[in-house]
Amino acid sequence: MGRRKLAQFHVELSLQPTLLSVVFLSFLSIVLAFACGSVIFLFYHISPWMGYKTFFQGAFGSWYAFSETLKRTIPLLLVGEGLALAFRAQVLNIGAEGQILLGAVAATWVALFSGLSSFLLLPVMFLLGFVAGAGWALIPAFFKTRFAVNEVLSTLMLNYVASNLVLYLIGGPWKGKGVRGFTYTDTFPEAAWLKTMGITRVPYFTLLVGIVVAVGGYFFLKKTALGFELRIVGSSPETAKLLGINEEKIILFTMLLSGGLAGFAGVGEVAGIHHLLRHPDHISLGYGYTAIIVAWLAQANPLATILTSFLFGALLSGGDALRVSLGIPFQVVSVFNGLILFFLISTEHLSRYRIIWGNKKVVEKSGS
Amino acid sequence: MALELVLGTLNRALAYGTPLLLATLGEIYVERAGVLNLGIEGMMMMGAFSSFVAAYTTSNPWLGVLVGAMVGGLFSLIHAFSSITLRANQTVSGLALTMLGTGIAETLGRSWEGKILASPIRPFSEDFLSWFPLWMKTLFQDSNLLVVGSIILALILWFFLFKTKPGLFLRSCGENPAACDALGINVWKLRYLAVFWGGIMAGLGGAYISVVYRPAWSSGMTQGMGWLAVALTIFSFWNPIYAPLGAYLFGALFHLAFRLQVFVAPEILNSLPYLFPVVALVFVSRLAFRKKIGVPGSLGRPYERGESE
Repeated sequence: MGRRKLAQFHVELSLQPTLLSVVFLSFLSIVLAFACGSVIFLFYHISPWMGYKTFFQGAFGSWYAFSETLKRTIPLLLVGEGLALAFRAQVLNIGAEGQILLGAVAATWVALFSGLSSFLLLPVMFLLGFVAGAGWALIPAFFKTRFAVNEVLSTLMLNYVASNLVLYLIGGPWKGKGVRGFTYTDTFPEAAWLKTMGITRVPYFTLLVGIVVAVGGYFFLKKTALGFELRIVGSSPETAKLLGINEEKIILFTMLLSGGLAGFAGVGEVAGIHHLLRHPDHISLGYGYTAIIVAWLAQANPLATILTSFLFGALLSGGDALRVSLGIPFQVVSVFNGLILFFLISTEHLSRYRIIWGNKKVVEKSGS
Repeated sequence: MALELVLGTLNRALAYGTPLLLATLGEIYVERAGVLNLGIEGMMMMGAFSSFVAAYTTSNPWLGVLVGAMVGGLFSLIHAFSSITLRANQTVSGLALTMLGTGIAETLGRSWEGKILASPIRPFSEDFLSWFPLWMKTLFQDSNLLVVGSIILALILWFFLFKTKPGLFLRSCGENPAACDALGINVWKLRYLAVFWGGIMAGLGGAYISVVYRPAWSSGMTQGMGWLAVALTIFSFWNPIYAPLGAYLFGALFHLAFRLQVFVAPEILNSLPYLFPVVALVFVSRLAFRKKIGVPGSLGRPYERGESE
């Protein structure tokens, strides 16, 4: 293990990053990203102080702002914890955006065209939404296991296909009867609406599911045989091979789960907030891409996605406040996303260094 | 008539495939040097936006193209720094570059939205084309210096990569960086240069879109072309000489999607250019990874000198 001596302290390389260093570097990444992002405000002749004040007021300034943050946290949480499991196995599912849309499409079909009795509507919507998202993710998963097709490219390409599919449906066969010039479907029957908390627009069912899955995912990774196999495949494929772990099974499983959860989140969006199928950019505010950072920031730990998804929920509603109050396009969120991600991965290997204060000269031979 | 239709389609394929070709030619060198840059989409957006602004304010489209290329190159250095110097995860770094590039271009591009360029780069003039036989006239009627230049560039890049010593160094840099380093070749410098070159070419591709192909600015105008270029790099087996074939095939596909709108819903046709690479990747990946055609041995793996100091 490398060990370098500096003036008043040692820097020690350890294999396991400590929790403290991870938290510190994540925090540092966010602060640095915000510092760099303030340049954007200058282009709009707004002082960064004013910009960030608006931003934070939009995210936490009032109960309403807080509920808006929570509203955006839910899909990020559901998608993020799925991606966390996938990333843990080194499966880079970048197609959550499309998988969300597929879930929304399935839910819309059930709500508008299935003719199910009203008490069955919601359960079937969520079930089929999960299946649709999982099915959409299984296409690139199958290509990866069977033909060694890089999943980053194939999942990403399918996002464009999914987006076109929604556009086709809302402008063509599913175009609402009463909407004339607009392109969206008819409104769902009220039995297909998700209950929200009080007067807010936060559907608690999906929030609850998100938290349960986060806790469940944590114990799944820690305590179950499959979770163990998943971690081995991710951390050391060679060991996994030696142990006879079926890598293809893990790839299919993580893609199925992450796709399914994204589909589930898509149902939550149309059933809980929009109550109809509309333009893809309105159904998902780039949740599929933002959730990548949610999972990465959480160090692919499902439990930690509860915290990180909330942070990015705040980023999205803060970004919305910037759009409404200061006229800065919503895409500014994408700038922050990119910056945070850059700083996260750039500081990542720093987290393996531990600073030891004091001028110790003795090098203990630790049990290596 | 049939010939005319083919030539006409090819003519549009040339016009539409050129940004793809430019970006692909860049990425081939990047990946040959052993670096994976998935940020092409972001670099193209930065190139498209900056070149549009430069061309619009100076009324000089060629200056715009130059600015686009430079901005693309400079922007790529972020990826070079994080993936080569800091040895960060290259896939994620590329994704971050895409988010950042599209984010910046679309945020700053708000006030330029919908503006149209009065003086774009125009296709070859009638007078110039009349020097050539009729079939060439039909084939190149929508082309310009950039289109023809990119074809010639593909040949030059192929020659450089496979027939010259620096080309050999570049390839070995992606194949076996440790051996390269032992021979005294500066792996980091070569990789930095390759990534910078990839950025220039992606920026150029973006500039082509906003200054030549559709001389206007609208957010999201690269339409995922950067990702198609990543796929095209694989389809051309990391060989510049095959890149035009793939790029023009996609160009033709985009054109046909446009032409067939009378018969089929445009949304379905529009998804074809994205669906096609997924299917094609199945075949190419099998071929490429079974016979190991062109795949740089150390692609995506950061190079770290074993036990330094």
